Amino acid sequence: MTDSLLTSLRDLAGPAPTTLADRVMDGWVRAPSPLGEVYAVVGDRGVRLLRPAAYAGDLDAFLEGYRERHGRPVRPAARPPRGLLPALRGRGPGPAVDLGELTPFARDVLAATARIPSGQTRPYGWVAREIGHPKAVRAVGTVLARNPVPLLIPCHRVTRGDGQVGQYLSGVADKVSLLEGEGVDLGGLADLAAGGVRYLGSDTTGVVCFPTCHHARRITAAHRQRFASLARARDAGYRPCRDCRPM
Amino acid sequence: MADDEQLRTALVEDLDAGFEAVVRTHGDVVHAVARRTSDRAADAEDLAAEAFLRAYRALRGYAPARIEALDLRPWLLTILLNTARNDRRSAARRPRTDGVTPVPDRPSPTPGPAERAEASDLGDRLATLLADLPVAQRTAVVLRHVVDLPVAEVAAVLECTEGTARSYAARGLAALRTRLTPEETS
Repeated sequence: MTDSLLTSLRDLAGPAPTTLADRVMDGWVRAPSPLGEVYAVVGDRGVRLLRPAAYAGDLDAFLEGYRERHGRPVRPAARPPRGLLPALRGRGPGPAVDLGELTPFARDVLAATARIPSGQTRPYGWVAREIGHPKAVRAVGTVLARNPVPLLIPCHRVTRGDGQVGQYLSGVADKVSLLEGEGVDLGGLADLAAGGVRYLGSDTTGVVCFPTCHHARRITAAHRQRFASLARARDAGYRPCRDCRPM
Repeated sequence: MADDEQLRTALVEDLDAGFEAVVRTHGDVVHAVARRTSDRAADAEDLAAEAFLRAYRALRGYAPARIEALDLRPWLLTILLNTARNDRRSAARRPRTDGVTPVPDRPSPTPGPAERAEASDLGDRLATLLADLPVAQRTAVVLRHVVDLPVAEVAAVLECTEGTARSYAARGLAALRTRLTPEETS
């Protein structure tokens, strides 16, 4: 009688799920990127941190910074997470990213930023408007300056409203080279900005866009109308593009 | 599987590599205790992972001499039980929003025929009855009889004397025995 109860109790102790160690231990990888080698730390829910090696310093310093900031142990990952290498070459939807430690505001900022297509730019104020906090332009800049996963969430595509490129985590030169690598005509944008032009419209469609929107780039010179503000474009009978949602 | 002496040395040499060995060596027992002291099976892995992360954060602040003096298994289980207690407290403070009932229905001590048919498997019955014991008895039975810890370690985890640990475990066992039907225990 006693034996049967004790045996049954002992049978209640099964082995831990094989995933337990992965839940506790994060993995680090190195990978090539347009900014040279990057280090990444990957947890069970996705990439948690990514930094260009040239910016982060040596691997040990990077890993120690991660442990310090997140209080999580790291080991070498067996392989890069699915989608990381193609994403760093500019292809595919990218790996899962784990932004769980950020504030809801920061997650919203990064989610809006992630929707900016390659080869296009948006002002900080656009991100603020997209997430429903149109006045939080500065706070958007602060979040993007601390983007835990640059390149995977393309914070380099968020630029200043006045046509300047703006700051970047690892320096303005990196931002410029990333944007040029995606085919953004920074010289052309600077010329437009210098002439007070922030928006381009097509007089055949009556639609007004940000200059980098793929619709704006298809407008032929003869039909391209330049606007300094959205209000003026509206006054002239133009409606904002539904894709780039200028503001 | 490494013994605790090797694990302590590994932790002092390289905290992260050593900690991975700690998780591999003690993961089963920490998870089993989590499974049998948390009310929902789905929470057990979360709870075990959270406890290991807390242990890691503590170790980062420990001097080598302190790590070398650690009795790892009872230390980890103490952290686990504290984590579980804190979770229960904060779960009580803010109600769940995902629609899951936080506290399982308490089974009646004498099950009717329908219940007996449903929980015909002795293991399931036992798990349910165990979940219904007072916390101290439940913890003592889990530590002493489910994961088979020596009484000294049970006492260390419960922060009580060995006599008290023995008494909790015995009272828990006795309660289980009276609640099981004669067919189930024979």
